[in-house]
Amino acid sequence: MDIIDIIKPENLVYKKPDLLNDNDMHYCPGCSHGVVHKLVAEVIDEMGLTDKAVGISPVGCAVFIYNYIDIDWQEAAHGRAPALASAIKRLWPSRLVFTYQGDGDLACIGTAETIHALNRGENITIIFINNAIYGMTGGQMAPTTLMGMATATCPTGRQVELHGYPLKMTEIAAQLEGTAYVTRQSVHTVGAIRKAKRAIKKAFENSMNGAGSNLVEIVSTCSAGWKMTPVEANKWMVENMFPYYPLGDLKDKSKELNK
Amino acid sequence: MAKMKGAIVVNTERCKGCNLCVVACPLDVISLAKEVNLRGYNYAQPILKDTCNGCSTCATVCPDGCITVYRVKTESK
Repeated sequence: MDIIDIIKPENLVYKKPDLLNDNDMHYCPGCSHGVVHKLVAEVIDEMGLTDKAVGISPVGCAVFIYNYIDIDWQEAAHGRAPALASAIKRLWPSRLVFTYQGDGDLACIGTAETIHALNRGENITIIFINNAIYGMTGGQMAPTTLMGMATATCPTGRQVELHGYPLKMTEIAAQLEGTAYVTRQSVHTVGAIRKAKRAIKKAFENSMNGAGSNLVEIVSTCSAGWKMTPVEANKWMVENMFPYYPLGDLKDKSKELNK
Repeated sequence: MAKMKGAIVVNTERCKGCNLCVVACPLDVISLAKEVNLRGYNYAQPILKDTCNGCSTCATVCPDGCITVYRVKTESK
């Protein structure tokens, strides 16, 4: 069979989600952000919430997410995305409100907003991209940077005496009464991507059903910040990030209720 | 026995040559081109004919959504 006979609209099995527009993304080659953007666009499209979705974009690499996904967006001050999302969801309860934040935004300057929004049980979803580094500003140490990991501001590696321990935001969120669903996923393989998509969908459904607040952490790579190729970065993430940030659901209230 | 035949179309101008699809493809169908696109990246392209089974692995892992996948079921002799 000739390739021209296969490339027909009726044989289509996978294409870029329609919500993800044709603007070229500014991310470095192989950046995990692109995959997560695709998943967010696919889930919103599948749930039929295109006209009802309001995203809050962070400060960080993902700040330009409003240029790439064709839904309503609001840009928040650094770290204040959960506070803004709380306000929008309270004033507009019929909307799907979610934030998309990196680890510098969520786990450093926005720690208070994040913890209190989750603890209040606001019906929002927080998508948390954890790549253990400040990517946009040039690869400085973040609260989530691993022990011994070298960055621009700790060139000899992170040390406990000087910098303290890496912050596990997702474990903290799982302790809070207000959270309905807290999970940690990754997007380095097809299997992981499918699981991450299911997690995002579940979180969005919880937000729409008024179940409580949801946190989906995605352990990601920053090949430019880590100074590796995208393939090496994925390997490094599996070997070094996953032991400290193990994947899986940390809290799922819907399962607890069914017991 | 029914066999799946697939084909991919790469948006070469959107591709950033990150190599993730090349590594992910279980049948080694994809390779980076020697030529570069307008932005200077060695874009991904299918190099093997009749091998692709349309599993969509490459398109799923592509961070920029550059790959479109088509698949048909054929009866092999």
